Amino acid sequence: MASTQVNPTRMELTKQKKKLATATRGHKLLKDKRDELMRQFLDMVRENLALRKKVEAGIASANANFVIAKAGMPRQVLNVAFMAPKQEVSIEASTRNVMSVDIPVYTVKTRTSDSNDIYSYGFADTSSDLDGAVKSLADILPDMLLLAEREKACQLMASEIEKTRRRVNALEHVLIPEAQANIKYITMKLDENERSSQVRLMKVKDQMLEEKHHYKEKMAQRAEQ
Amino acid sequence: MYRIAVMGPYDSIFGFSALGLDIFPVSRPEEAAQTLGQLAQGNYAVVYCTEDTAASIADEIARYKTQTKPAVILIPGVSGNTGQGIRDVHACVEQAVGSDILQDKD
Repeated sequence: MASTQVNPTRMELTKQKKKLATATRGHKLLKDKRDELMRQFLDMVRENLALRKKVEAGIASANANFVIAKAGMPRQVLNVAFMAPKQEVSIEASTRNVMSVDIPVYTVKTRTSDSNDIYSYGFADTSSDLDGAVKSLADILPDMLLLAEREKACQLMASEIEKTRRRVNALEHVLIPEAQANIKYITMKLDENERSSQVRLMKVKDQMLEEKHHYKEKMAQRAEQ
Repeated sequence: MYRIAVMGPYDSIFGFSALGLDIFPVSRPEEAAQTLGQLAQGNYAVVYCTEDTAASIADEIARYKTQTKPAVILIPGVSGNTGQGIRDVHACVEQAVGSDILQDKD
């Protein structure tokens, strides 16, 4: 029995049938979308995890290098060394559509193409450890940007998968069974109405014939004879 | 054209300025939340945030998770790796799949 009250009319039946057809089609499409998103997400998240481990290890070693470098020179000198950076990184952010999720694509642009421009200080006053520390950080930068791209994509895809999954479940377990139950209810009700009107007509026909030909009286007379 | 920001305690992030990234030293949670808000409205597509700073402004960071810009990415600070970044990735898997299917492989 349907949980909601529906009018047992032919119009309502057509409406419910249309609703069921749309829901079934939507369910199939959303399920396909979910499966494909999930496939791509799992590839992406594995890559994300590997990148993250690599980047975290890289930054940890760079940080260790910076601590050593900092220990070998006065703080003021260090502050001055990083006061005016020569290099400048900017990114061009575009998006790529993966199953209706816009995931970011970053194209990195540096102001100068010279890789030595990361050393924004004179080598006279600073320790050589600092050069090594800056270099180790520079080496990990491309991976960091890739990580940003992948991690954002994973976050966006995860929320989209969650939404799609909920929709699929709602269609599968609520909307479709409800429409099916409604259709069954209306069909049965209409059939029942049809039967009852058929019976009524037969009854009326009997009465009319009785009035016209008086079958019962004739039968009774015949029985007496 | 977007820029890249790095926020966290000065000691953890000063090295990034040499690479051409914009550094935003923060020490207090309120300051961090305010800076993140400004960066999100500004011209920044990627914001790297140290894990210890991120821990104090988790709610603010969660707000940007479903937005395309900015991407807030956790990095370990100079005090060490808290593992929050990895945990976030696992949380992401859990959100999408329903359970963390990558956990056993670590």
